[in-house]
Amino acid sequence: MFKRSDQDNRPSVQIFVDGAAVAAHEGDTVSAALLVSSRDVRRATAVSGAPRLPYCMMGVCFDCLVTIDGVGNRQGCLVPVADGMQIEIQKGRREIGR
Amino acid sequence: MHRDYDVAVVGGGLLGSAVAWGLGRLGKTVAVFDEGDIAKRASRANFALVWVQSKGLGMPAYTVWTVRASETWGRLAAELKDQTGLDVSLQQNGGFHLTLGDDEFEQRGQLVTRMHNQVGAADYKMEMLSASAVGKVLPLIGPEVSGGSYCPLDGHVNSLRTFRAFHTGFRQFGIDYFPERPVSAIAHSGGEFLLTTPKGEIHAGKVVLAAGNANQTLAPMVGLSAPMSPTRGQIVVTERAMPFLPHPLTVIRQTDEGTVMIGDSKEDELDDRVLKLSISAVMADRAQRMFPHLARLNVIRSWAGIRVMPQDGFPIYDQSESHPGAFVACCHSGVTLASSHAFEIARMVAAGRLEPELVGAFSARRFASERAASGSGDY
Repeated sequence: MFKRSDQDNRPSVQIFVDGAAVAAHEGDTVSAALLVSSRDVRRATAVSGAPRLPYCMMGVCFDCLVTIDGVGNRQGCLVPVADGMQIEIQKGRREIGR
Repeated sequence: MHRDYDVAVVGGGLLGSAVAWGLGRLGKTVAVFDEGDIAKRASRANFALVWVQSKGLGMPAYTVWTVRASETWGRLAAELKDQTGLDVSLQQNGGFHLTLGDDEFEQRGQLVTRMHNQVGAADYKMEMLSASAVGKVLPLIGPEVSGGSYCPLDGHVNSLRTFRAFHTGFRQFGIDYFPERPVSAIAHSGGEFLLTTPKGEIHAGKVVLAAGNANQTLAPMVGLSAPMSPTRGQIVVTERAMPFLPHPLTVIRQTDEGTVMIGDSKEDELDDRVLKLSISAVMADRAQRMFPHLARLNVIRSWAGIRVMPQDGFPIYDQSESHPGAFVACCHSGVTLASSHAFEIARMVAAGRLEPELVGAFSARRFASERAASGSGDY
């Protein structure tokens, strides 16, 4: 659905989404990288389990919650990608030890 | 004179709602008078425990009354579900009070012994458990936990949903709920009560004062007294997490929807608009010493609320001799006792007589006595 601009020639970095390598660009937020990855990156909400994607992309709606490098409930739209970053699509509530 | 309702309930919080719902259930016509949204609503600041252990030191009748409520809560939850479709998520699988360090363990042990030695109290099987025994049930406890007390009757509930269920039930029972109508005067003539509110007057055959701390002001209007000494409490709430805490604690519980509530501070201050962060910090610190994993969770809300608290901590149920048909009811544990308010107190109000064998000990006449007990109504 999303397509990168032809003029986006920032250096590329590699992140991992549920273990699979995904190409991103330096300066992408985690949410932007997930949306452009063309993978199914829908999380499941904490109470009803409804599927959600990042929405406001500015830190307000909390629909981008995702597990980053083992820490749950991070706001993907506020975290820049880093090379080797491990992303897990969060299904439901955060686990207490993560 | 034209009588508008069988019973007017003054106060639309958890206690008033439970009594009103119970009266509606018995086929009475009921009006509930409530304040507006900026009222100091204890019912929205509560910790949602259905709690038995350590209740009633200094007044054995309170232990009996509390055990009775805990035993009928399941029936209340089932009736609310049947009537409204709302599941209030009652869980009564036993609760803990954890201690940090040896001193706290010893103090709690002494309390358990004093409770056991009290004559006339119901046996509710509260016992002390070592840290290793606690760890078998709550494996995520931290190394500082020295053990704690356990009572198999303890539990918790979704109190906001309970509140909503009562109000949903109002509509099905035909109970009229009137917000923004604080009662400023109550007159009694011709066997009826006339209640004055900013939006008009109504007549009722009986009146139940269920206005929490405001009962202190209202009770004398009908020849009753309700000496109150409210306290403030603070609560910290985390983001939702996967279930990790299978039993509620006195100061920590995980709600059915995953948030972790940390609470039970007690302050004399009565301003509920601001928080004392130094108190929240102590609460959060103790919580993470009990469960070190909690340190990773984000706090999403915290608030201060005013507790309804009769002067000696025990409930007040009374009926007026000078104004027959007027009742007062207030207590700290509006969640725990909700079932008894809905079933027992409502039945007694409908019959026009409080039953001394059940609630005689809770008359406010005890405050006039020299030997009035002072105890703790909560945990």
